[in-house]
Amino acid sequence: MMLINCPHCGPRDEVEFHYGGQAHVAYPEDPHALNDREWAEYLFYRDNPKGRFEERWQHSIGCRKWFNAVRDTHTYEFLATYGANDTAPAPAPATVEGRM
Amino acid sequence: MANHLPEHPDFLWRNPDPKSSYDVVIVGGGGHGLATAYYLAKHHGITNVAVLERGWLAGGNMARNTTIIRSNYLWDESAAIYEKSLKLWEGLPEELEYDFLFSQRGVMNLAHTLQDVREAQRRVNANRLNGVDAEFLDPQQVKEVCPIINITDNIRYPVMGATYQPRAGIAKHDHVAWALARKADEMGVDLIQNCEVTGFYKDGDRVIGVETTRGRINAGKVGLAAAGHSSVLAELAGFRLPIQSHPLQALVSELFEPVHPTVVMSNHVHVYVSQAHKGELVMGAGIDSYNGYGQRGSFHVIEEQMAAAVELFPIFARAHLLRTWGGIVDTTLDASPIISNTPIDDLYVNCGWGTGGFKGTPASGFTFAHTIATGEAHPLNAPFSLDRFETGHLIDEHGAAAVAH
Ligand SMILES: Cc1cc2nc3c(=O)[nH]c(=O)nc-3n(C[C@H](O)[C@H](O)[C@H](O)COP(=O)(O)OP(=O)(O)OC[C@H]3O[C@@H](n4cnc5c(N)ncnc54)[C@H](O)[C@@H]3O)c2cc1C
Ligand SMILES: [Zn+2]
Repeated sequence: MMLINCPHCGPRDEVEFHYGGQAHVAYPEDPHALNDREWAEYLFYRDNPKGRFEERWQHSIGCRKWFNAVRDTHTYEFLATYGANDTAPAPAPATVEGRM
Repeated sequence: MANHLPEHPDFLWRNPDPKSSYDVVIVGGGGHGLATAYYLAKHHGITNVAVLERGWLAGGNMARNTTIIRSNYLWDESAAIYEKSLKLWEGLPEELEYDFLFSQRGVMNLAHTLQDVREAQRRVNANRLNGVDAEFLDPQQVKEVCPIINITDNIRYPVMGATYQPRAGIAKHDHVAWALARKADEMGVDLIQNCEVTGFYKDGDRVIGVETTRGRINAGKVGLAAAGHSSVLAELAGFRLPIQSHPLQALVSELFEPVHPTVVMSNHVHVYVSQAHKGELVMGAGIDSYNGYGQRGSFHVIEEQMAAAVELFPIFARAHLLRTWGGIVDTTLDASPIISNTPIDDLYVNCGWGTGGFKGTPASGFTFAHTIATGEAHPLNAPFSLDRFETGHLIDEHGAAAVAH
């Protein structure tokens, strides 16, 4: 059971949230300039890393606001949550042992 | 009494050290990788093959699934490949000389709303046009096939009918893997465990080998069959896949006398149940919504699944849960698999089977072996190539995939 820190409401149980996939996927600046390959990238290709991932969540049965999070898809640790229009905090510098 | 499991032979496969070079290297020793190696050897005479598995053989999703086999998919492309798979299943125990308890006890997909009923009837008609056995059952007929099911109409989502595929069923998944492994090994394929692929060697745009935790292995061709880890491997090779990895979990009860004679799936209230040969009730539910590589699932998914199970099967209320586990499934946007060449020459990919690839194991191996051996798609997997995401010829099977993802 994950505890998710809504930037507006504070920590809440994951069942209050709706998942929105990868964050910061911008609508193409000049859609007419895109070829089929580029449209496919925009519509169907998303990052799928094992590790640090910037993603969107909605606090759907709370304040209903969308926000962003940095989560580790391997450990499920939330490294940060931040506003929908903010940029992601930089990754913490790796320690000597590295993070597991 | 519960059925006895087949005795398996003492000797299943050798445990060779990797050679420095192979004609074909398959990454991933799950069912799909093993079936691919088997058909490469059997149909194409390519036996200088290694299957590299980072853990133990078939310990990934192959060991974790609920083993449901059916071919009642909606679209022509899917019906063709899944029905080919079912036909292969029907001959495999004899062909592999190994009884893996393939049991054609039928599968019902329940309908709980008027829209479900319409979708189900449409699918039954589509199935029949494609030569796939299918019937639509009313609630009374549902009860005849599976007497323990609750068809009263005073529950939140009463049973309003079901599709029924009599030839569908279950098989003993571990034994399937061992059966394929043994035959592939007999034909000369090297099955190498504890060997993780960590990188790729390329000559320009062509793959020429893999870097592994057991050293460099050169390869004429490389086939990826790594299920939930396919995008991790693609990234190492330098291309992207339209895949998202999610945890999917299942659970089993303690052992019971036979009470559940068929397989019941419900997409709407989201539970699927069969009774294993030994007697456990085997149950699954939906995926966790978020991307994840942890081989466990969320507790609230189990809660919802149990609530649905107990409403549909009131006699389950007193069953004890024995254990739960999870796998990592590789989902695509159209809920259909990818069996394809890639932007890298001589590198092929087989992934995207999501929550439903166990049933596809034989056809997956059959078509992937063809694609690797000839460099061309087989007619059965041509529609499942990567370029469908560019051409827009998606095969949208969400409705028939039966586990929402
Ligand atoms: C809980 C659950 C229930 C399911 N129920 C059903 C069902 O009822 N019916 C159905 O049809 N399907 C079902 N599925 C789906 C089915 O299990 C999968 O679609 C199918 O097993 C995927 O193919 P595979 O067997 O090759 O994958 P896997 O068995 O996962 O094989 C992939 C292998 O690749 C290995 N690997 C990954 N990365 C590397 C690397 N870098 N180097 C070397 N090896 C690597 C992994 O260790 C793994 O063994 C279910 C899945 C789950 C998790
Ligand atoms: Zn909130």
